Amino acid sequence: MLELILFYTFAAIAVVSAIFVITSHNVVHSAAFLGATLFGVAGIFLTLHAEFLAGVQVIVYVGGVLVLFVFVIMLISVERAEHERQFNRQWTIALITSAILIGEIAWGLFRGKDTFVLPPVVQRATGPVGNSEQVGTALYTSYLLPFEIASILLLVAIVGAVVLSKRRTPAEE
Amino acid sequence: MVTTFHFLLLSAALFTIGVIGVLTRRNIMVILMSIELMMNAVNINLIAFSDRLQQVTGQVFAIFVITVAAAEAAVGLGIVIAMFKNKETMNINEIDLMKW
Repeated sequence: MLELILFYTFAAIAVVSAIFVITSHNVVHSAAFLGATLFGVAGIFLTLHAEFLAGVQVIVYVGGVLVLFVFVIMLISVERAEHERQFNRQWTIALITSAILIGEIAWGLFRGKDTFVLPPVVQRATGPVGNSEQVGTALYTSYLLPFEIASILLLVAIVGAVVLSKRRTPAEE
Repeated sequence: MVTTFHFLLLSAALFTIGVIGVLTRRNIMVILMSIELMMNAVNINLIAFSDRLQQVTGQVFAIFVITVAAAEAAVGLGIVIAMFKNKETMNINEIDLMKW
């Protein structure tokens, strides 16, 4: 029962904030609601016994990505964009397409509903091996190569972001 | 009792909200935020199945998705800044250099 209440609370936070993210006129408000959504999703992770991921979600998304978004919003002016039309002209077609998409997903989910009924967890792994240890062990043994590739990806992204946003010197022109 | 189906429906709802945001908004910042929403929806799916199947693999994949999302946000925001320096706008309708 408690599990159900927690799930619906976090799900409501996530979905309602997500709707406000894509409908609010001010970009700063969108960013704030995105933060609420990310916290809601972190709560969902907690109900799924993924404590490490919940922490990563809050630290990386809210503390890193969202702060980056707010910095960029701060650097570029928002006053003019606020008074413009917020939605583009093909929004009716976009909504129809999205309706088809959600219909398709819902149809697939309801069709395959019985396959998701997995046997209940009899005994959860308790004792000294916690969630972080499990994730860390998997990450540094079976998934060591993807882990290293991810670090290279992050390095490339850092260099790319610096190159894209730096000011051109006259010598380069 | 919270079933896997609940989590899949929540994930589908978040993903569709992200798709609507990408398709309908004109402000590029909101479009980038909608992409983050979609990545979060994927992560909910991965972690729901990771919990139900008692396999930690799903959580490792979620970590990689978060890594890619962070890299994507950094590069995307770099592009936004470069675009704003050149065109003084955040409106994607005005970025039509390659439009036929």
